[in-house]
Amino acid sequence: MSIFSQISEKPWLESVDNIINMRPSNAFHVPTPIVGLRILLAAMTVLFVLTAISYADHMRLPNWRPLPDPFLLWLNTLILITSSVALQWARSAARHGDLGAVKKVFFAGGVLAIAFLLGQFLVSQQLVDMGYYASSNSANAFFYLITGLHALHLTGGMVAWGRTITKLLRGFSASQIALSVELCAIYWHFLLFVWLGLFTLMVST
Amino acid sequence: MVLAIVLVILAIGSVVFHFLSPWWWTEIASNWGSIDDTIIITFWITGVVYTVVILFMAYCLYKYRYRKDRRAAYEPENTKLELWLTGLTTVGVVALLTPGLLAWNDFVTVPDDATEIEVLGQQWAWSFRLPGEDGVLGTTSAKNINDDNPFGINMDDPNGYDDILIEYDDLHLPLDRPVKVLLRAIDVLHDFYVPQFRAKMDLVPGMVTFFWLTPIREGTFDILCAELCGIGHHTMRGLVVVEELSAYQEWLQEQSTFADMLASNAERRMGKKIQLTKNQITDVAR
Amino acid sequence: MAHVGDTQAGNIPLAEVPDVELYHPKSWITKYVFSQDAKVIAIQYSCTAIAIGLVGLVLSWLMRLQLGFPDTFSFIEASDYYQYVTMHGMIMVIYLLTALFLGGFGNYLIPLMVGARDMVFPYVNMLSYWVYLIAVIVLTASFFVPGGPTGAGWTLYPPQAILSGTPGQEWGIILMLVSLILFIIGFTMGGLNYVVTVLQARARGMTLMRLPLTIWGIFVATILALLAFPALFVACVMMLLDRVLGTSFFMPDIVEIGEQLAYTGGSPILFQHLFWFFGHPEVYIVALPAFGIVSDLISVHARKSIFGYRMMVWAIIAIGGLSFIVWAHHMYVSGMNPYFGFFFATTTLIIAVPTALKLYNWVLTLWKGNIHFTIPMLFCIAFIVTFLNGGITGLFLGNVAVDVPLSDTMFVVAHFHMVMGVAPIFVVFGAIYHWFPLMSGRMLNEGMGKFHFWVTFVGAYLIYFPMHYLGFVGVPRRYYEVGETSFIPDSAADLNAFITVMVLIVGFAQVVFIFNIIRSLIKGKLAERNPWNATTLEWQTAEFPPGHGNFGDLPVVYRWAYEFSLPGVKDDFIPQNLAPNLINMADDDDSVDEQVAE
Repeated sequence: MSIFSQISEKPWLESVDNIINMRPSNAFHVPTPIVGLRILLAAMTVLFVLTAISYADHMRLPNWRPLPDPFLLWLNTLILITSSVALQWARSAARHGDLGAVKKVFFAGGVLAIAFLLGQFLVSQQLVDMGYYASSNSANAFFYLITGLHALHLTGGMVAWGRTITKLLRGFSASQIALSVELCAIYWHFLLFVWLGLFTLMVST
Repeated sequence: MVLAIVLVILAIGSVVFHFLSPWWWTEIASNWGSIDDTIIITFWITGVVYTVVILFMAYCLYKYRYRKDRRAAYEPENTKLELWLTGLTTVGVVALLTPGLLAWNDFVTVPDDATEIEVLGQQWAWSFRLPGEDGVLGTTSAKNINDDNPFGINMDDPNGYDDILIEYDDLHLPLDRPVKVLLRAIDVLHDFYVPQFRAKMDLVPGMVTFFWLTPIREGTFDILCAELCGIGHHTMRGLVVVEELSAYQEWLQEQSTFADMLASNAERRMGKKIQLTKNQITDVAR
Repeated sequence: MAHVGDTQAGNIPLAEVPDVELYHPKSWITKYVFSQDAKVIAIQYSCTAIAIGLVGLVLSWLMRLQLGFPDTFSFIEASDYYQYVTMHGMIMVIYLLTALFLGGFGNYLIPLMVGARDMVFPYVNMLSYWVYLIAVIVLTASFFVPGGPTGAGWTLYPPQAILSGTPGQEWGIILMLVSLILFIIGFTMGGLNYVVTVLQARARGMTLMRLPLTIWGIFVATILALLAFPALFVACVMMLLDRVLGTSFFMPDIVEIGEQLAYTGGSPILFQHLFWFFGHPEVYIVALPAFGIVSDLISVHARKSIFGYRMMVWAIIAIGGLSFIVWAHHMYVSGMNPYFGFFFATTTLIIAVPTALKLYNWVLTLWKGNIHFTIPMLFCIAFIVTFLNGGITGLFLGNVAVDVPLSDTMFVVAHFHMVMGVAPIFVVFGAIYHWFPLMSGRMLNEGMGKFHFWVTFVGAYLIYFPMHYLGFVGVPRRYYEVGETSFIPDSAADLNAFITVMVLIVGFAQVVFIFNIIRSLIKGKLAERNPWNATTLEWQTAEFPPGHGNFGDLPVVYRWAYEFSLPGVKDDFIPQNLAPNLINMADDDDSVDEQVAE
């Protein structure tokens, strides 16, 4: 039943149907943690969109002096894409019950994410060495803000990744960790998507 | 029961208070009568709704107070009634919005013959800049501000030198001439607020904001800051004097321009230097 | 009523899903301190919120002392005054009302009212409270650091907030921003729980349209909060960087006391957009739960189904959606492009239509009801009056041209206190009187409750109604003292003194209220199981007050939450989970039941 017809019901007219049809603890036919994650991602979308809008707003101000795009940034982007691909691989492996593959690929995905974080740190070091301080121009400040916010969110994701790794080491079965792997994968794809958006914005301006 | 009576007293009392209290707006001194009119319209429409709703509620509370032998009606909804209420409310809202938007349309449309003046806000004082004989204000930048150039006028701009600068003193405005007030702050947000003018607007560092008005009444009015600007916010006062054109012209003659100020500063500094040298000479002589 | 008494309907099987994995506390610490039980978390949230709220209340007394009797209290200096203003505002809006409605009532009522054992992510829910507590502690710490708390106004507008002309520029503002960031992180954890629990953990038969309006209000408010707080979050992070690292997100070229600062190229108005993109939904984050709760209280205590339930739900959703496109009505005189005024005035006045409808429906619920003048009902009526008043003045301020003379005057102060201070607080009071028996098993003292109600209602009206007229006179807000002006009559000072006296009297009534709570906890009258004869599930738990896990078998919901005074039924209410074959039908002799009020 669509959401619109659901909220136009007249609830005082009794009907037995909806009691029988309703799945009690799973109202929207999606695992609860995934619903939670989606809502979290919606909130994070607002955060990143507003940051991007602030960025765009600042660009039209007279003092805006864009930074160079270090080569390393492109490499990092590639690493993050690979990381996301690895997690997607782990996700489908877990679905098919291939625990061995899950272990390898899921682990690799996380390591790649760590590599990405290190890479981002290096980029900012490079820029600081070149004299692009956060305080000297808004363009620099926004670069550090955006990469920083993104990196923080990815670091948060690493906690979930670490917990899943622990589960894998403790010998959970593929079906037991399938949901955790799936959650990580969704989160990774989201952050990749966010990064690609922000990266495009920063590189194109 | 008591509550019903209290509500009736409250509704009637509020209306009585509205008409009898000594606290009402100060007499208007600008062309923004349309804003006052919109407020009056809003008062009438909302006042009627307020009184009717509260009196109806008081009636319900009295009529349908708990009685053991009675049962409430069972009526989950009444689409017709709700549609009527929606319609009526919409009509009311349109009646409020229309005069409001018309007034706003005037507010954002600055007449071509308006004279530009500039208000400069800083913690915690008002300064003003009027265009000189060329009728144009020189361009400015906060980066240019120093002791010699408190307004940050752009030295490369020839229009700036004849600008009339009024530091920490009263602003005068001619009667019945439209004025476009350009607003500029050099430190934090301020808000140029003259209650009699009705119009007000924030001063934002880094940009120039504006509003316009035509003074319609002679008098001396307070300028207050209406945007929290730090510890001295409440002390940030000024005066604006609205007067006949002839009196205004007379006052204008007495004010000094940016060029005058630069000259007198330079003179003072030179004088100081000469004096110093003289002292040194006497020292040496001794 | 085709299904009443239908045995088939009575035979619906209980929930066949395995019970949720419920965390069982093993020690006193995990039961009462680091508890994962939403009810305990709710009480922790409420107590913390009320405690910090009392600090906010005392600050308001100090402020009013200064305004009512300027030059009398030498210990209140201008810097103190602006610090009181700031901390009072921030505490009341964020740390009291948001935390209390969502963290307090949300936690307590959502699992119980939707028929769940607990929130869906109890561990995260626990973390939410502890992060909130840390946020409150950081906020409180700012009273004790050198320079004191920030005095930038609760709106924290830059550049002022981080420059030296503002009190608390050294540490106060930093702690404030850190505290807000923590609050948002903590809230997001809790908020996910509230939303997902409503979506996923409803009992069998609890369709969306059978949810009590309390849940609808909290649910939509939480969605608003989850989508609005990120704006404040990013604004706080940026301002923190401006203050600590010297970036210029919000800082243009500035000359402070004759000195050129290093800041360059930022945009102060950007902050205002971000702040109000959060700030306006915030108004509804506080108001929507209040709307929901008041709907339920009125319905229960007037023994009548809420009038126009569907319209009420749609209005909540519509208001929630519209609240994201009205934010710049706080910025009509901010210097933003003035043409925005047309759009935002229109959207703002459109939002008045669903809001007005809600108000009509509350009054129409009273109409033809059978109204018990219990304390919760009294506070509901006080809410309707003050909310109507505050809503109406909102029509002044939302209408862009009218806002120009009135903005930044006491009219605004009176308006928002009426609409999002007094009105929601009345709902909080009503809700506490209503649900205290459920939480504690004891009733609150009625005599003290009546005293509390009358003093607070009449007092608050006498405080804020005349205050609008000070705004008309032109008295600006956030003024340590107004001093001599040509347009403010001397009588305004008398009015200010009167308001201050009323504030102290109303403040005293709150002390009585707190005393009533403490006393009733210990020796209040024992409550019956369902003292108000309510229909909703929270009164149908296995134990009373509800214990760990809330229900025995999870309830099955047969009807909406407003089955009051149904013709042909003996009782004037039918609980949501009462099987149709168990409904006590009226005897034919019982003709009073049919005698519906005309």
